[in-house]
Amino acid sequence: MRTIKFLLRKEFKQIFRNRTILIMIMVMPVMQLLILPLAANYDVKDINLSVVDHDHSSFSQKLISKITASGYFRLQGYNASFNGAFRLIESDQADLILEIPEGFERNLVRENQQKVFIAVNAINGTKAGLGGAYLTQIIGNFNSDIRLQWQQGKGSDLTPIIEITSSNWFNPFLNYRIYMVPGILAILVTMVGGFLTALNIVKEKEVGTIEQINVTPIKKQYFILGKLIPFWILGNVVFTIGLIISWLIYGIIPLGNILVLYGFIWLFLLAVLGFGLLISTYSDTQQQAMLIMFFFMMIFILMGGLFTPIDSMPGWAKVIARFNPLSYMIDVMRMVILKGSGWKDILPQLWKIALFAVVLNTWAILNYRKIA
Amino acid sequence: MKQFIAFVKKEFYHVLRDKRTLLILFGMPVMQILIFGFALSKEVKNTKILVVDNAKDVSSRKIISEIAASKYFQLEQITSDDRQLEPAFKKGIIHVAVVIPANFNHDLMHLNKAQIQIIADASDPNLATTLTNYLSAIIQDYQFRLNKAFSLPFQIIPDIRMIYNPQLKGAPNFVPGVMALVLMLVCVLMTAISIVKEKETGTMEILLVSPFKPVLVILAKAVPYLLLSLINLASILLLSVYVLRVPVNGSLWLLFAESTLFIITCLTLGIFISIKTNTQQAAMLVSLMGMLLPTVLFSGFMFPIENMPVPLQIISNIVPSKWFYIIVKSIMIKGVGFTVIWKETLILGGIMLILFLLSLKSFKIRMQ
Repeated sequence: MRTIKFLLRKEFKQIFRNRTILIMIMVMPVMQLLILPLAANYDVKDINLSVVDHDHSSFSQKLISKITASGYFRLQGYNASFNGAFRLIESDQADLILEIPEGFERNLVRENQQKVFIAVNAINGTKAGLGGAYLTQIIGNFNSDIRLQWQQGKGSDLTPIIEITSSNWFNPFLNYRIYMVPGILAILVTMVGGFLTALNIVKEKEVGTIEQINVTPIKKQYFILGKLIPFWILGNVVFTIGLIISWLIYGIIPLGNILVLYGFIWLFLLAVLGFGLLISTYSDTQQQAMLIMFFFMMIFILMGGLFTPIDSMPGWAKVIARFNPLSYMIDVMRMVILKGSGWKDILPQLWKIALFAVVLNTWAILNYRKIA
Repeated sequence: MKQFIAFVKKEFYHVLRDKRTLLILFGMPVMQILIFGFALSKEVKNTKILVVDNAKDVSSRKIISEIAASKYFQLEQITSDDRQLEPAFKKGIIHVAVVIPANFNHDLMHLNKAQIQIIADASDPNLATTLTNYLSAIIQDYQFRLNKAFSLPFQIIPDIRMIYNPQLKGAPNFVPGVMALVLMLVCVLMTAISIVKEKETGTMEILLVSPFKPVLVILAKAVPYLLLSLINLASILLLSVYVLRVPVNGSLWLLFAESTLFIITCLTLGIFISIKTNTQQAAMLVSLMGMLLPTVLFSGFMFPIENMPVPLQIISNIVPSKWFYIIVKSIMIKGVGFTVIWKETLILGGIMLILFLLSLKSFKIRMQ
């Protein structure tokens, strides 16, 4: 026990003496948590619309003003030809073209049917899908409006109608920030813990101080524990600061029990730190450790389910996601903070993370050799 | 010139002798492009759905079977007990639920009016909106077929064409984005360590007392990594075209030239970080912890930049990968030429020049 105390004192001294590292640990996550959630905004509105109106009738005018009044679209202007509007799409000034053909109003009255053409820049599939859906919906509403106007009370309510009501649970105002902040906090805590521990043991190797530790009677597991505990504490500090910021700045108060959240983060940090230490024992130079950690960190972050849904990944990618501790963390953060889930709800995730923690740390201890 | 070549040779030895790092440098971008190119997509499919069917009649069964047949949804459970809803949401088993009230078919046929409720887990707002839209479309489709007998007058039919990406696949959006992301981070990381490593191991002093010009020290450091990155670029492009099936619609040479410009910009950024920091740890933490998330977010392939608050839109302008993402998208997917992207190219060149001058200015030729 005494050995660990001395080891901890050594580690803390090393951490607190290095000003740059300390700033990186404390200031960088705070800065990112303050700025990044503002950037991560996927409200699809202000879709840039370019209109090609060949009809110039009162109806085409009404349709256009109905579209612009919806709040989803921003009228970029009128174009005389489709090709002119297409150039706007090429240069990213417009996302969507609505082309109203000549004789729109006349054909609608005479032939009971008329097409309008919509061209969507579909490179970004989500935006294109939603934009197209919104526009179709608005045109549909416009359509039933004029139908009502033209054939008042001619038995249109004899057809069966299904009324659809929809409700949005857990985030009724569809606030994107509430969704992003817990996820970004989870990522930041993972990065702080993962990168620092990955660099730690290998630095002693590179500088040569590991020899001094290897010749002492300190046991392997104590050495690893001595490396683990300081960063575990730091991780908790960063997490707590993050929670306070999300409460003060974003007004996010966890719906669920905060102890559940901490219970999970304690295990999660053990797993992440164990992984960092494992990489550290396998690398020869800090550069190697950093590159390997970077590789895994990118996979953890991009496949954690925060930016793109795991459900829509192909089968093999879902398997990778299952071995991604961060995906469980993001899941649990969201469940406890937004939905108020309790111990029982997060039990499956808790078991898996505990397994990660045990396996990774044991592996790191076994792989650390006291012989150079 | 002879001096310079000798120096470049020295740098090459450094890089080539560390086989393990070399393997990582070549293997990592390839792996990442492959994994992310296939796995990242905002497409919604196979979302788990729970149906609370209180009616259990012809209409409800038909609607349910249509939901189950849709590629967007995967039927998790059909129940008649709406108390199961909340726990299922809380455990994260389902993202959306449909509630069909009792007497659904009866109401629909005899009162001409029936109700259906859609409940979405809006902790992910966008997913919630998309799912609600898809479900409404399926239900409306059913209703439309029910009404086929009645033909509606005065129909406006929207004819939608999705250009560039007719099937709304994720790859055309994400492959250029992942290219920008991976190239940027790998290039910055490579040079970020170069100078600070010599400082830390003490060999910097030897360089400084030599008659070698500081500019040449910086340049020689960048050359081997430039070559490495070009090889990486070639392999990434080959993978995108032949494995991920994202074609290069524009000029390949233009794409290569623009990428080289981008790579040089990132290498210069790495050198700048290397000059400004004192330890390898600090250099690496700045270039990874400091840059990973901002690059992901500000490149514009995850979140549209025009949605951000104005100050952040301004910040995004200094992120080189944002400009490169626009360029790659334009050349690969839209197939446009230089006349459309000259502005972005100019900005990228400007960023590189500023970084280079800053590095040169802050390169100290005296030890502290």
